[in-house]
Amino acid sequence: MVFAVLQRIGQMIFVMFGISALVFLIFFATPGSDPAARLAGRNASPETVEAVRKEFGFDRPLPVQYAIMMKRLFITQDLTSFVNRGYKIVPAVASAAPVTLSLVAGAAILWLIGGVFVGVVAALTRDSWIDRGLMALALIGVSMPVYWLGEVMNLVTQSRFHDTWLFSWVPALGYKPLLVDPVGWFKTLIIPWFTLAVLYIGIYGRVLRANLVEAYQEDFIRTARAKGLSPARVMIRHALRTSLIPFVTMFGLDFGVLVGGAALLTEVVFSLNGVGRLTYQALLNLDLPMILGTVMYASFFVVLANALVDVVYVLIDPRVRAD
Amino acid sequence: MEQKDKPILLDVDGLSVSFATDRGPVRAVSDVSFRVHEGEILSIVGESGSGKSVTLLSLLGLHDRKTTQVQGAVSFRGQHLLDLPASRMRAIRGKEIGLISQDPMTALTPVYTIGWQIAEQIRAHEAISARAARKRAIELLGEVGLSNPGEAVDRYPHQLSGGMRQRAVIAMALSCNPALLVADEPTTALDVTVQAQVLDLILRLRKDFGSAIILITHDMGVVAEVADEVAVMYAGRIVERGRTEQLFSAPMHPYTWGLMASIPPLSGARLPRLRSIPGMPPTPETIPPGCGFAPRCAFVQPACAEPPPLHRAGDQAALCIIDDTERPALRRAALPLEETP
Repeated sequence: MVFAVLQRIGQMIFVMFGISALVFLIFFATPGSDPAARLAGRNASPETVEAVRKEFGFDRPLPVQYAIMMKRLFITQDLTSFVNRGYKIVPAVASAAPVTLSLVAGAAILWLIGGVFVGVVAALTRDSWIDRGLMALALIGVSMPVYWLGEVMNLVTQSRFHDTWLFSWVPALGYKPLLVDPVGWFKTLIIPWFTLAVLYIGIYGRVLRANLVEAYQEDFIRTARAKGLSPARVMIRHALRTSLIPFVTMFGLDFGVLVGGAALLTEVVFSLNGVGRLTYQALLNLDLPMILGTVMYASFFVVLANALVDVVYVLIDPRVRAD
Repeated sequence: MEQKDKPILLDVDGLSVSFATDRGPVRAVSDVSFRVHEGEILSIVGESGSGKSVTLLSLLGLHDRKTTQVQGAVSFRGQHLLDLPASRMRAIRGKEIGLISQDPMTALTPVYTIGWQIAEQIRAHEAISARAARKRAIELLGEVGLSNPGEAVDRYPHQLSGGMRQRAVIAMALSCNPALLVADEPTTALDVTVQAQVLDLILRLRKDFGSAIILITHDMGVVAEVADEVAVMYAGRIVERGRTEQLFSAPMHPYTWGLMASIPPLSGARLPRLRSIPGMPPTPETIPPGCGFAPRCAFVQPACAEPPPLHRAGDQAALCIIDDTERPALRRAALPLEETP
């Protein structure tokens, strides 16, 4: 167990080092790009460019620059933005992370419940109109772009029907911290959660249904039925339990990526200043310290989510356990 | 025979099973009738695809209701199984009728210990505590000959060998003392040495638990060894049935002759090639309207295009046109080894 944890930490450090080095090199090694000229802005005089180069330390060797940047990011934590001078990276990421985590965690709960529900009900009523209807809805959910759905939700809840009893409770867009205003936190996030979850409910429901239908062809399902178990117990204890592995694998990947910033579109549509938005703005400005900060944060969560998936594997499938 | 006096446990009368396919319903089992007396072993013999498993699964209600149509009457201890509501059927399955399935490698749910799975069945039918169910599971695993039942009870299926898994499956089927045990080719997926052990086990358990057994197999050797009654199935019909001794000493149907001719002889000169029945068994779509075996039969007559008559000889009966006067001569032609004993 201790060894497995150490192995994971080692893996995480390796991944994070690799990604940071890659991001760093792309920034400097993109052909025809001189970071000093870019930061100095268009039509800057050569003297200004030279001054910027000296000020940002771009005249020093790359490995030295990399080491200094990593030191200021992780150890002294006083790394500042190239674009907004004096804007510190670590506090910026730390204040954006709870927004993204709140958004993604809530949506994840919704889509896990929704996905299991859709998959199980569709598999139990296979080939009936309930199954077909659910699968059609799931396909619609998968096909709707999240930014479009989000804007429609905003249009409905913030504008057209905001003054009716139905959506008068919906607060203005933006994030309210959980610890300061839990009710406000919940109210502002419920619509973004739903919007983000719709796509994943569709995907997970369809995948789970396919796995369950396959599981019902297995001999052990026949054994379970021959034992005289109720259909619900056959489904939940025998079919669902053995069909969860692809589900968990997908969840680990999706959750890690979303927490790492892939919920950008949802964040932008609902004016949530999360990590996705932070990354997006840093990319627009070519703000290397901020890009590095957010990418480090994202890779940390991707690796963490995969480590958790491995733990869940061991819990749900004894065949994975080494004995 | 003493078993004749025992009450009838299962009475299957005119059971037919059809599958819905893209080209309309296809009949896989037609007009199958048999009886099982309490404590008796009935063996259903036939090639793959002859409808043996389909027959048993449909009378247990384990068929896919959407695609399978079952007709006929099945009476188990006076209850008509085919008409029972699903909840009553569940109370019978696993408690009064146990199923041992063909492949122990896939018959157990991989994510639970075998003790958990046995206890699950016991607790589905009896109101006992988890602890008592576990204790019973350990006892059952001991009964079926696992050497260390207290340890095996916490093993997962993948940690056991094929023979041990099949023993666990048998223990599970026996867990509620069923009156009838349905064994669907219980030894086919096992090594030959393990096969013999498992057969001995089933025979011993019949003595200890008193269950009647329906044993599906395609192995005539197994049949001769364990069965009281035999039903030979071909192309969805029972073509011959009778007491085991009678059926082996004087088989009536050419298909049974073919099955018996394919057993290697123990004495005499070694055959260069075992005899086999030429051709392939028909799929449910291609079963001819008359005698199903006619296309492969060496003694086929023009009259075989019509449904064959039922000939009886005591307890034995066969669906074949060949009558009592010509049968012995034809049988000698088909089974030349028969004279040696």
